[in-house]
Formats: sequence, C-alpha cells, structure tokens
Amino acid sequence: MKRTPLYDSHLKAGGKMVEFAGYEMPVQYAGIGIVEEHRAVRERVGLFDVSHMGEFKVSGSDSLEFLQKMTLNDVSKLEVNQAQYSGICYEDGGMVDDLLVYKFEDHYMLVVNASNIEKDFDWFDSHKPEGVELINESDDTALLALQGKYSKDVLNKLTSLALDDIKYYRFEIGSVSGKEATVSRTGYTGELGFELYLKAEDALEVWNDLMSAGAEFDIKPTGLGARDTLRLEMCYPLYGNDIDQTTNPIEAGLGWITKLNKGDFIGSTLLRQIKENGPSKRLVAFEMERKAIPRHDYEILLDDKIIGKVTSGTFSPTLRIGIGLGYVRAGNHKPETEIKIDIRGRYESAKIIKPPFYKPE
Amino acid sequence: MNLPADLKYTKEHEWIKLEGNIATIGVTEFAQSELGDIAWLEMPTVGDETRIGETFGTIEAVKTVEDLYAPLSGKISEINPGLLDSPEFVNDDPYGKGWIVKIEFSDETEIAKLLSADDYAGLIE
Repeated sequence: MKRTPLYDSHLKAGGKMVEFAGYEMPVQYAGIGIVEEHRAVRERVGLFDVSHMGEFKVSGSDSLEFLQKMTLNDVSKLEVNQAQYSGICYEDGGMVDDLLVYKFEDHYMLVVNASNIEKDFDWFDSHKPEGVELINESDDTALLALQGKYSKDVLNKLTSLALDDIKYYRFEIGSVSGKEATVSRTGYTGELGFELYLKAEDALEVWNDLMSAGAEFDIKPTGLGARDTLRLEMCYPLYGNDIDQTTNPIEAGLGWITKLNKGDFIGSTLLRQIKENGPSKRLVAFEMERKAIPRHDYEILLDDKIIGKVTSGTFSPTLRIGIGLGYVRAGNHKPETEIKIDIRGRYESAKIIKPPFYKPE
Repeated sequence: MNLPADLKYTKEHEWIKLEGNIATIGVTEFAQSELGDIAWLEMPTVGDETRIGETFGTIEAVKTVEDLYAPLSGKISEINPGLLDSPEFVNDDPYGKGWIVKIEFSDETEIAKLLSADDYAGLIE
C-alpha cells in the first residue's frame, strides 16, 4: 500500500490509518475524532493531507484542443492562474472521473481522484495526439488543504503572497515556509480555504509550520472522515459513491459543468440526447426527519415503491441529523418530496431538500 | 488498550460487570475507537426481554452502524439516561459514564460463556 510523505506525522498525531484508494490515510485522529475535526473546519481551521490525489501535467501546442475534447467544461474560458471544476466521460456519457483543470502560463495541471489515477492516465494517454505531452506527477506532488475561516490568517504567516487577491478558483505560485507552492483558493468543504501543491519532499516541513502557525486558532489535523462529512453537507459528489461510469453528469446534477454548446467532446452526442429527453434518474439530497442515519446502498421509497438508492449518507455534525445523497426516478426528485429510506428494514421518513444542507457564511 | 480485569467481555466487543443478578453492559475501549464518534444509540425499553446472542439495540456512529448483542438472557432493568443527550460518553468513558444498559439475568450458567480480560485481549491483538 502507498503512503503519502506525511505518513509518519499522521501516526505521531494519533491518526487512525485506513486503506483508501490504495493509500494508507488517516480517517480521523485519536483524541479528536470526526465530529471535532469537522467542527474545527466549520468554526476555525483544519489541515488535511490529500496528497493521495493525482496530478497530471499537460503541455504542448495542442493542449487546449485536447482538453476540450476530453473534458466536459469549457477549457477555453480558463484564464492563466485560474482553476475549473470539470468531468470526463466515456462515449456513452458515463463518468470516467471528476477533476480540476488548472491553467498555468505554459501548461495545464489536472487533479484527479486517487482511486482513478491509473485509469485516468491511461484514458488521457490513449487519446493523446502528437502535439501533447502528458506526465503523471502524482508521486512527486503533495497536496495539503487548509480549510476554515482562519485559513487565510494561518497561511499569511508563512507566505508573502497577497492572499486577499487570490479569488475563488484562482491560484498563485509563490513561497510558503520557504518552499515553492501553488496556492489555490479551492477546497471540498464549503469554507474559505486554500489548497497547497508542493514538492513531495517539502510537504512535511510545510505541514509542521502550518500546524504551528495555526496553534493560536486551535487548528486541528483533519482526516478523511471529516472530509466526507464536510463535503456531504455541501452536497459535493464523491466519485465511486455518487458518480461513476454508470451515471452521467446530467443526472448527477453536474449539468452546470457540462458545456454542450462548446463543440464536440467525448460523450457529447449522448449527453445532448439525455439533456433533451431528460435523464431517467436524478441525484437528490435528503434529510431524515427523526434519528436515523442513511448509508450507502439503502433503498429509497415513495408510496411503498422503490424509487432509488442512497449513494452517500452520514450523520451531519453541523445539523445533528442524518443526511444523504441518492438517485431517484426523475419526476420524484423535487425538493420537499416526502420519501422513505429503508434503514435495515425500518422505513424512516425523509424529505428531499434543495442543496446544500449547509450554507457557508 | 484499557481492559479492566474485573469485567467480563464478549467477542462482540462488549463488557459486562456482574453484581448479584444484575449485569451492567457497555462497549469496550477497542469498540468505541473502531466505531469512532457515536451519533446516538437505539435503546431497548426497561422490561424488554433479552436473549443471549440476540440484538437489543444499535449504535449509530458517524461512519458506521453496529448492533448491540445481549451477552446474557434476562430482562432490561435500566438504561443509561445520560446517553440520550450525551452519546459521546461511550467514546469518552466507555467503562464509566458510557455504560449502556443493565440486564437482570435469569440463567447463571450463561456466565461461563463470557470471556475474561485476557481471553478478550487475545481476540483484539
């Protein structure tokens, strides 16, 4: 199993290590726990090691044309130092992955899910024309996510970059703790936050300096457990749970990144048909009406008939209720629809809501 | 891992404190650390019958759910009211404030089926 450059410091901090996408990652830290880690991010600041994520460098004169063909969003709209949330589809419209596309002066960086690094690389590589160079930099790249309202104050102590000037989904290259870093105002939590792309060998020092700089704000190391509860409160889909090769971006609520009028791309023919005819199922967010927690694969019912399945579910540390995402038959997807979740044989009442569950300040 | 020697244990990671014909039941330090933060517990009602090996409640943790299995047959004589508002007692103090139910047990011969601290320690190594 693979380890990130921060493996030893996770152990020292009491990280409970679990297998995730082939990596040994901290799911939570002893003496803190998912709920406290979650709260640290919502109320103050937390630091995640997400170095397991994959990074590909795409360069060459035909890069833009290549990425337009491969990804859903309109890459031509990207300015230098801007990032874009996007997706990749198969010809049948099923999703290969969701990803971030970063535009640098002379190249692009793609940030993909850890579980899909090999699959995505092979997919891009097999479609790559002569004029494009594709390099998998995942093993040489560490990624830290500093998230929460004090993230800017913490980071300010370690960098001369003007953080106020880095707007949402923009990034700058600069020095953090004396190490070269790509500082991106992005995240998976809904809070103000920054993601720092670093050389693998620099990650430990930057992690330690961020934790020290964050001490006055009671910063916590935050594991994958809190990452999941935070993203679910925001209704951000997770590849492998809420989206995969059997779901298309239209039904997953990712129509906003699927630019069907930008020209042809892989999957566009089918996605245009789906858009026109309407998808057969829809990803919805729902909250439980009494104490019950929906979990992956539980059935969703309406009038005693099964209309879909839960894809992600958890206890929401902020709302203190059970929340979930799941697919239901199109037509049954409207907010306020009263549904039931089959929780181990008990039909528990739930209500479809308009996402997200949590609205940041 | 804290395993008080005066308690009995089960392979379902519960601890049992025997006093007269009353058994106080909770989950072990190991169990709470595996479960992670507990959101709430589904408890039986006082007077409910329990049968050895059968479920009498559920622990809902943030990430997972586990059934509670009766270590002894009998009937529920008390539930821990503190857990209704503070399920985190199970995480913070599993052998103390985090006790879950008391069972008035009816068959003393079942006690022989429970594990000692040493036996249980061997299971979770």
